[in-house]
Amino acid sequence: MDRSEVDSTIRSLIEPFNKKGVELTDATSFAGDLEFDSLTVMDFVAAIEDKFDIIISMNQQAEIENYGQLVDAVCKLQGGA
Amino acid sequence: MSEGISQPDQPEAVAGEGKDLFSKFDDIIHTREALLASGVEDPFNLVMEKVLSPTRAVCNGRDTILLGTYNYMGMTFDPDVIEAGKQALADFGSGTTGSRVLNGTYQGHKACEEALKEFYAMDHAMVFSTGYQANLGIISTIAGKGDYIVLDIDSHASIWDGCAMGNAEVVPFKHNDIEAMEKRLRRIPEGAGKLVVLEGVYSMLGDIAPLKEMIAVAKKYGAMVLVDEAHSMGFIGPNGRGVAEEQGCLEDVDFVIGTFSKSVGTVGGFCVSNHPKFEIMRLVCRPYVFTASLPPSVVATAATSIRKLMHGGNKRAHLWENSKRLHGGLTGMGFTLGTTEPQSAIVAVIMPDLERGAAMWEALLHEGLYVNLARPPATPANMTLLRCSLCAEHSEEEVETILGMFERAGKAVGII
Repeated sequence: MDRSEVDSTIRSLIEPFNKKGVELTDATSFAGDLEFDSLTVMDFVAAIEDKFDIIISMNQQAEIENYGQLVDAVCKLQGGA
Repeated sequence: MSEGISQPDQPEAVAGEGKDLFSKFDDIIHTREALLASGVEDPFNLVMEKVLSPTRAVCNGRDTILLGTYNYMGMTFDPDVIEAGKQALADFGSGTTGSRVLNGTYQGHKACEEALKEFYAMDHAMVFSTGYQANLGIISTIAGKGDYIVLDIDSHASIWDGCAMGNAEVVPFKHNDIEAMEKRLRRIPEGAGKLVVLEGVYSMLGDIAPLKEMIAVAKKYGAMVLVDEAHSMGFIGPNGRGVAEEQGCLEDVDFVIGTFSKSVGTVGGFCVSNHPKFEIMRLVCRPYVFTASLPPSVVATAATSIRKLMHGGNKRAHLWENSKRLHGGLTGMGFTLGTTEPQSAIVAVIMPDLERGAAMWEALLHEGLYVNLARPPATPANMTLLRCSLCAEHSEEEVETILGMFERAGKAVGII
């Protein structure tokens, strides 16, 4: 999957968690803009992990603050797997 | 401040005034102030003025039944335990003033480790100064850079802190979800070391883990398994060895972590294992090395208590009766509990919100009953809980009295 395909896949995965319908740009932050709490993060990360068959460890999650960083990380992880 | 000078000693109103390193705690300070402003007694500032027995104390001036102490087997006032402590205090002094690897290993620490080896029928036992340090030390030491720790999302703070202290990749999975655990194990890169961390009883809701199935999956993927049996020791399993023993999978557990601050009735923590190289932990595990060992009186009370717990079959049976009676009674009154069936000596009553939870906690305290108020972020799914932990020394009548208190308080607060 190239970056735009990863992007659109994650966009569809994030929908049920984006309760306020916040507009997604690469700069959209998970804690600030999307107001994800730790439980939402766990469910959302699990959905991405299952879709792409990857692991995003908590160590890696700590580096991902906004949407663009997540798309980049998933691109990298599926490439390296 | 210098008197007689109109200028202040320090510059006025700098940018970001009032902000310092404590500003990050402002939210929790406000939540707490708002709760206390409602007039409720501070749930996190209770003082026990006198402790009358494992089940009774004078708290904030009131005679109170204790239903939130984790003193499951009521060993804190056992005459043999007390006598052993007094003797050790007289013979060995009040403290060791040293690390286990220097001057802090007394005959009593070795005797305590012998008692643990016998209790669990395992080859090695290592005593830490607290249960928290046991998890912190073992997890952070055995899982290093490039290794993976796969753990339940509802794990205890000491497990999370052990993960944070080490350098392994940390991968949580949904509580008690075998499939979610397996998926994560399957995706770990080939050749990486794997540690699965589970608990026998999860202390917030009092539910147990399907250890047999989970450990079988962990072994299929070549992972080592650590199980924290803090809340099951002495009570669950034919010999009180915990949930893994009850489910017949203790021999597949690589490391059992436990504590002396629950059923054993004092303070301290431990790890038992059959791993042939386990003894090296004593030299490489920093929370074991860089802290003072337990006082001689503490290890003497622990060893005596552990040996008595080996023969605690009748007390275990009575504790189960208590747990079933309380669980059934509360369910019958219409309270929502953490588990549909009693699974441990913890019965968690789910509160609609923090305000009513605190009001209910206070109403129970006024009735003369102490339970734990548990609130986010310590609780799963942001729940507010009134956590009850039963003791083998609670009489049948006391449990009935407790149920009456819950009914009156629940009606007064409007929860049932």
